[in-house]
Amino acid sequence: MASSSSTARVRRQLPTSPWLFAAPGLLVVGVFILYPFVSTVVNAFTDRRTLIPGTFVGLANFRELLHDDMFWIGLRNSTLYVLGVVPALVLLPLLLALLVQKNIPGITFFRSAFYTPVVASIVVVGLIWVWLLDERGLVNSLLESIGVDRVGFLSDQWLLLLSAMAVTVWKGLGYYMIIYLAALANVPRELHEAASVDGAGAVRRFLTVTVPAVRSTMVLVAALSSVAAFKVFSEVYLMAGPDGGPAGEDTTLVMLVQRTGTGLTGRVGYASAISVVVFVVTVALMLLVLRADRKEDA
Amino acid sequence: MSVREEGRVSVLEKERDVERRPPAERGPRRRRITDEHGRRVRGWELALRYLLLLAVLALTVGPFLWQLSTSLKGPTEDIFSSPPKFLPGDPTLHNYKRVADTIPVWDYAFNSLKVAGANVVTNCVGSALAGYALARLRYRGRRVATLVFILAMLVPVEGIIIAQFTTMRELGLNNTLIGVVLPGCIGAMNVLLMRNAFLNLPYEIEEAAFVDGANTWQRFLRIALPSVKGTLAVVAIFAFMGAWDDFLWPLIVLSDPSKFTLTIGLNYLHGTFANDERLVAAGTIIAVAPLIALFACLQRYFFRGVGEGAVKG
Repeated sequence: MASSSSTARVRRQLPTSPWLFAAPGLLVVGVFILYPFVSTVVNAFTDRRTLIPGTFVGLANFRELLHDDMFWIGLRNSTLYVLGVVPALVLLPLLLALLVQKNIPGITFFRSAFYTPVVASIVVVGLIWVWLLDERGLVNSLLESIGVDRVGFLSDQWLLLLSAMAVTVWKGLGYYMIIYLAALANVPRELHEAASVDGAGAVRRFLTVTVPAVRSTMVLVAALSSVAAFKVFSEVYLMAGPDGGPAGEDTTLVMLVQRTGTGLTGRVGYASAISVVVFVVTVALMLLVLRADRKEDA
Repeated sequence: MSVREEGRVSVLEKERDVERRPPAERGPRRRRITDEHGRRVRGWELALRYLLLLAVLALTVGPFLWQLSTSLKGPTEDIFSSPPKFLPGDPTLHNYKRVADTIPVWDYAFNSLKVAGANVVTNCVGSALAGYALARLRYRGRRVATLVFILAMLVPVEGIIIAQFTTMRELGLNNTLIGVVLPGCIGAMNVLLMRNAFLNLPYEIEEAAFVDGANTWQRFLRIALPSVKGTLAVVAIFAFMGAWDDFLWPLIVLSDPSKFTLTIGLNYLHGTFANDERLVAAGTIIAVAPLIALFACLQRYFFRGVGEGAVKG
């Protein structure tokens, strides 16, 4: 290991230093990311509990999942979250990026201001919206002042999930806006001009010039946001409460992992089996997005 | 066409116009507000743009201001009125004092600061070292090392928290601030960011330094590291923000209220005093203000971080 390879352009003075440089990073990543990943997969096939080592039980945990109503609720909610959040996060930040793209006076202020929700902690954001959407909060006050009845955003199972999705979109807008801005900067202006000369209106130009030009970025955003949405935890936890709203109907998969696997009686094995489902769906989502992209190419 | 719309260009822009334009160019055609391609923006379009910008501004920044306003409203002021009162009638810091009386909020803030500060130091040092090893040093196993970091980046952290907690317990570090910091203390993403930054440096300078007899450490510290300061700043900022804002992991690893970070303390405050909106509002403002200040000062690094870290899952 210490001997220099023939391709080395710069020979080392201290033979051990390359591994010394990489060692802290490898150690941390190995012990706290890769080892827990492997042990999650292994634990999924055991009946391990927080204080009991557990034994190998084969597929028992997965069989139990099939009959666990809470698991199906979690899977349903996490899937709904992807379906609700991803289209909004692919489209809205793109429109926002188009809005802040032109260098008109004051535009840097607006760009920064739109990014503020990204900077704030999800806990802060969650609590801000809990107050805004409260039965007596600002949104309901405004609704009432224009003569609309107050809405129980945080008491109805479906409205709660929808509100949490809205908060996720609200917090993510600025982040994906910046990603789109970088992509838009590379759209050749000749394309827009040619389309203008051909008499294409703003909407036509958006569909025929902008969208095809930033399509790879849209795929990237779809991939990033769908994976993040499926793993949603904090928004729903804060808005619906630790138990996941009325009768736990708003529980997401990661909330279920947290609830099942922690505490002195935590069922580590069973929670790990849910985690494995999260891994599998995450990978499947990535492949799905990439495949949809390739099909459009063909 | 141009004459009619000329009049709508803002006064400010006209003044700048006169200053900037060399005299020789003065003529019937004036400089106008233009888009990124140098085409002019029409007056009504500009007005519409600002209108939309203001609407989005109200939607993105408004909620923070409403929270600030609520936190400044005294106990006798109605916070539920309809139509809502946007400005506190008699602004008071009373609620901030009450937060401090209810939970040890400054201790929590200090805990958050410790965790975030440690996360910045470990991420900067660890990812710079490892990034340099992956980009510049030659040794057997380098590809494997790179692959390890790429795989680690792809692992969905939310799925492994229970195993991380078990690991932490085996190390006897659960319910400690060190336990909060450790799992993310050298992010694989940051290592790969630093690797790319080092790869983009011209090799020749380091070669020259080598010829002059500089050893690995000298080349790393005196030549390579000063050239990637920008990326290092991005790593530092995102490490700070990530640790300060993190919720799920500290929620799982910390059980002793005296060790809480701000986000966990806020969650506790909300869980226990949900009906005291002014109190919760003051708590959230304490938690978010430092980051907004940091963002206001270092905006370009935040934006750069999004571009460079777009692959982050």
